[in-house]
Amino acid sequence: MSGPDKRISESEAVAELSSGMTIGIGGWGSRRKPMSVVREILRSDLTDLTVVAYGGPDVGLLCRAGKVAKVISGFVSLDSIPLEPHYRAARQAGTIQAAEWDEGMLLLGLQAAAWRVPFLPTRAGLGSDVLVNMPDLRTVTSPYPEPSSGEAEELVAVPALALDAAFVHQHRADASGNALWLGEDPFMDDLFVRSAARAFVSCEQVVATDDLAGLADITRLRISRLDVTGVIEAPGGAHFTECPPDYGRDEVFQKRYAATAKSDEAWDGFRTDFLDIDEAGYRAKVAELRETAGSELREAGK
Amino acid sequence: MSADTSTTDTGPTGVPRADIVAVAIAECFRGDGERLCNPIGNLPLVGGRLAAATFEPHLAITDGFYSLLDNVPPVGLPEDERVAQRTVAHWNPYREMFGLLWHGRRHVMMGATQVDRFGNQNIAAIGDWARPKSQLLGFRGAPGNTINHTTSYWVPNHSPKVLVESVDVVCGIGYDRAAALGPVASRFHEIRRVVTNLAVLDFEATDPEGVPVMRLRSVHPGVTVDEVVEATGFDLVVPDEVLATRGPTAEEATAIERLDPKGLRFAEVPAQ
Repeated sequence: MSGPDKRISESEAVAELSSGMTIGIGGWGSRRKPMSVVREILRSDLTDLTVVAYGGPDVGLLCRAGKVAKVISGFVSLDSIPLEPHYRAARQAGTIQAAEWDEGMLLLGLQAAAWRVPFLPTRAGLGSDVLVNMPDLRTVTSPYPEPSSGEAEELVAVPALALDAAFVHQHRADASGNALWLGEDPFMDDLFVRSAARAFVSCEQVVATDDLAGLADITRLRISRLDVTGVIEAPGGAHFTECPPDYGRDEVFQKRYAATAKSDEAWDGFRTDFLDIDEAGYRAKVAELRETAGSELREAGK
Repeated sequence: MSADTSTTDTGPTGVPRADIVAVAIAECFRGDGERLCNPIGNLPLVGGRLAAATFEPHLAITDGFYSLLDNVPPVGLPEDERVAQRTVAHWNPYREMFGLLWHGRRHVMMGATQVDRFGNQNIAAIGDWARPKSQLLGFRGAPGNTINHTTSYWVPNHSPKVLVESVDVVCGIGYDRAAALGPVASRFHEIRRVVTNLAVLDFEATDPEGVPVMRLRSVHPGVTVDEVVEATGFDLVVPDEVLATRGPTAEEATAIERLDPKGLRFAEVPAQ
């Protein structure tokens, strides 16, 4: 007994999407983002997407490339560069709709969808402009009296974030979608997967199911094939975001990316060099850049 | 309220302003006992860790990422040293941090692009939120933090543009918003202090409706009350007597040097 072989390419996964869909992207800021899939979406003719994410360059790139109608996020940040320049530009130009929730609310929205309940209650958001600026967010009155006052408390009812599709990047997976992460934080990847009608796991390496349990203790086997539609083997697939312990963030490349917000020419050049090519071409370009930077360092050291 | 209230001991003391600020930040956490001391930013980290290393030994701190520590290492360590020098006591990935903060055993110190007299804080956007003049961080965890546990703020550039009459977007909720929610809904809300490069502010005063409002608690040595009032964009409550913010004890001075050997604190508050 075993799961079916669900291995597919980035382009096969993206071919299952259509314009106007709500897609979730795992990771956190500029950490373990399924960037090879994001690059494939950039190459597609998809538009009007609603993107749900703890946002990083995934959100910035999709906004800049005109793929996005709406972003639902707790923040959009490059971590070492606090403000995501393309998301920022899109917000300031008014070219996208935004729902900016409290970070914890996003977790609850995903959890609600995963548990198939319409909402989950929380105190987070009460009294803040989250509820003022996003009037579609509702509150709910507790049916149980608060013990000390007898009062029926009003709480924020975080709506379920049901996703048409989700993409997450894991360190290892088997061919049917059992996946594990090797870093220090799973982020909300398992919740993204379970909140989605179709969930795609990209990973650094596909391994035999027998080998999964030997790679880490069982608590890291967080994503089950039961929830997974497709598995994409994508070594270096999180570049330029970090994917420790396999690799850190490519800060030099991230700076180059951030600088593309300065002008249309800068963006067009980046797009030609790194986005209008296939994933193998991208990997070769990145390796070439590293080689150049390495030899410059060696020169400087002489 | 008066702008010409006399002050005591505001002359330069020879102690760097950043060290005064570190102590003032540490003081925010005094009395917290066994809870997570979670300052964000380099100088707040020095201050929070100073409290944990000295007068609040049962605080827990984070490693800046995914664990809670039971030791107090220096800030700004390179990655390998950060990992080597930590005594991990608890795994604290983001979802666990939400669990911890919803449970309430945490005191966070956040930054503020704007903060008003009631302690409402904005880190999301400047201008109209729907189409901002300047998009900032988003709400991040500010709404959930402020409704669930104690919050303080660090302002490295005390000016009328930061301490404003009213914030453009309410991210962290202040005492007026908490009062409007009522005593039950807001029972875990506490904005304790605002520490700036000029002064320490608290909320131990009230407006005519009884809502807590910002009050000048102390001025850093070398700063006058008038300067603070000038640099504040609303009518600050100024008590009759305003003390100078205290400097570090000998033990604290040694701890500050150990916790910030590279002097990262001077990037936010330069040595005069």
